[in-house]
Amino acid sequence: MLTKKVKNRTLFLFFIFGLSVVIVFFIIKSLNKNIIYFSSPTEIKQREDIPFGKAMRVGGMVKKDSISINQKEIQFIVTDFENEIIVSYSGTVPNLFAEEKGVVAEGKLSDKNFFIADRILAKHDENYMPPEIKEIIEKNVK
Amino acid sequence: MLSNIGIALVILVSILSSLIIYTASVNLKTSKQVISKNIYTLSLFQTTFTALSFFTLIIGFINSDFSLINVYENSHTAKPFFYKIAGTWGNHEGSLLLWINILVIFSYLFLIFNHSHDKKFRLYTLIIQNTLILGFLFFLLLNSNPFNSIYPIPLEGLGLNPILQDPALAIHPPLLYVGFVGCSIYFSAAMASLISGYGGKLFAKSIKTWVKISWCFQTLGIIVGSIWAYYELGWGGFWFWDPVENASLLPWFAITALMHSLIVLEKRNTLYTWVIILCLSVFILSVTGTFLVRSGILNSVHTFASDPSRGIYILLYLSLMIFSALIIFFLKYKKETNNFNLRSRETFILANNWFMVFFLVTVLIGILYPIFLDVLTNVKISVGPPFFNIVIIPLVIPLMFLMAIGPKFGWIKSQNKILYKILILICGAIVINLFIFYFFGAYSLLSNLIFIAAIFLILHSFSDIIKSIKKKVRFELPRIISHLGFGLLVFFIGINHQFSIEEDFNLKVGEVKKMNNYEINFEELKTKENKNYKAVIGIFKLINHRNNLTQNLKPEIRIYSNPETLTYEAAIKTKITSDLYLTMSNVSRSDYYNIKFQHKPFMIWIWISALMIALGGFIQLILKKK
Repeated sequence: MLTKKVKNRTLFLFFIFGLSVVIVFFIIKSLNKNIIYFSSPTEIKQREDIPFGKAMRVGGMVKKDSISINQKEIQFIVTDFENEIIVSYSGTVPNLFAEEKGVVAEGKLSDKNFFIADRILAKHDENYMPPEIKEIIEKNVK
Repeated sequence: MLSNIGIALVILVSILSSLIIYTASVNLKTSKQVISKNIYTLSLFQTTFTALSFFTLIIGFINSDFSLINVYENSHTAKPFFYKIAGTWGNHEGSLLLWINILVIFSYLFLIFNHSHDKKFRLYTLIIQNTLILGFLFFLLLNSNPFNSIYPIPLEGLGLNPILQDPALAIHPPLLYVGFVGCSIYFSAAMASLISGYGGKLFAKSIKTWVKISWCFQTLGIIVGSIWAYYELGWGGFWFWDPVENASLLPWFAITALMHSLIVLEKRNTLYTWVIILCLSVFILSVTGTFLVRSGILNSVHTFASDPSRGIYILLYLSLMIFSALIIFFLKYKKETNNFNLRSRETFILANNWFMVFFLVTVLIGILYPIFLDVLTNVKISVGPPFFNIVIIPLVIPLMFLMAIGPKFGWIKSQNKILYKILILICGAIVINLFIFYFFGAYSLLSNLIFIAAIFLILHSFSDIIKSIKKKVRFELPRIISHLGFGLLVFFIGINHQFSIEEDFNLKVGEVKKMNNYEINFEELKTKENKNYKAVIGIFKLINHRNNLTQNLKPEIRIYSNPETLTYEAAIKTKITSDLYLTMSNVSRSDYYNIKFQHKPFMIWIWISALMIALGGFIQLILKKK
């Protein structure tokens, strides 16, 4: 027979173990719900299972002469030099946002050609290029 | 010239550190119970020369000595004097030198302020700390030398990133560094304690002050960074769950857990192993944070130009540190028995630790998961703020209840006499919450619970304050102030989150925008020339129809010349009850200006309550001295 002390301790250990399993499961589950995928315009065009209405990020270069502004929103075209996507955004843009510069927009896809952004990511450093965009450019511009 | 002096000083410090390690290991073998005078002298020299090397770099920045690459890349003659000095630590190389300075100074202070402790323990601490110092010195010399020279000498520097030219950001790095690098000393002490077998209460006493110092500075540093983000980044928020912010939170959770469990070790002589684990992990997490930020692995809004070769060095260093810590830990691990009564203060302190560890794990997963996924599958993701909010915020509710009740329990075992009072206070909290709910509008069940828990903690803290003033006991006050600060912080963040107004729109000069109770007139644009930037100032008239108050807001767009950069300065009107926040930006010189308008209730109280948390720590430091 197990003594009372040992029994208590085993119970306690099981309890802790169970609790941690539940907690980790809980964390992973909400993590999966809140993952934001990054895609290039080409990936959006090509992928069949791209989710609409779920938060995601699109990145590339802002196309030259593509920025237009009215009272409600800013529209511009993000390109990866193969495909393009129109991004519409209302809000302040970061100071390093400009034509022919890298940009990452966070928001939702309304269809394969149109992206509604609710955040444009700012970069502090004018020499800095987000790694995702660097990769795209290296691939498409030789 | 400066370059040679600087490099000579750094090499001298490296030699001194090696000498200290050598003399200390010789001293270990002698049977005398005192540490030899030589070690004190060497440490004093080491501290002096390290400080001198840092001053040399500062002088380089003040004189705009562009023969140093580091000065050339990060300074400019037209920069204001204050930012010339702040530029010293506003870059990777300079900040690494600051890092080493703090390692050395803490090493020296720990040596001279711990007279009463075991000689072996102190010597081992010194040896390990100096090994750490040597590691960073090599990193500095081989990879990131701030004293590298450039030839031909350029006439003008490239300038400091304007976004860093801000008072909050000038003091932010030194504060954080004292906080994060200060942890190194109890990393070393913990290792020394394992090796020399000098554990228990006395070990807790020897590191207590250092843990508190670094906790205070970490807390303050994080707050200052948050304040900077609020008025400089132009989002109007103060916490974004950005990877870099998260990296600073990891050690903070660990150190908060450590600070609490250290009390148990000191008073009850138990939990020794756990304290050691925490001591080791605080500094390991600090270095991990540095590694993630400096190597450019994290895609963050805070990322500055980064260099993968730095990352590899820090990673190597980090793995060595973790590896040796683990080996020593398992070699020297001794089993201890913990017998806790459920209704004792130590149980509640352990509960604090569980919460901290849970927060730590959550944030760590949030940071590391995208990195692993990228390495393994090349899928690029980021983890959004909702993840952290969903997982962390519900847990804050029980935490706040425990924060109020826990300290009421005595050590070892105590009776429930206080249940009655708790019930009254909970009822009070529910009533106040109902008032807020009724007068200001509805919100979700979770928010209700948060408000009730926060108000409960606040009420409880106030009753504690009254009690301790009546009884004239001072030693409880710092704890109460910090806990009260936390309660207030959660409360005001809750209010702020629930009742903020945010509006984005584009306006031309002369146009008017109407919304809710507000009317915004974009009256005119002015320009202004300044020493190192030109500014375009928008004059906005804001009319609040509810109380017929008219206010002028003047956001700026600044064009800095060196380096040529645009920044947006928010116009912020701070009042006791709320902040008005307006930023203006412009894209490709169009007639439309982007406007972001926010009305944020109790913004200043968020800062005040956060500062109260840190204040509690500082008061405790001062009280202990007397």
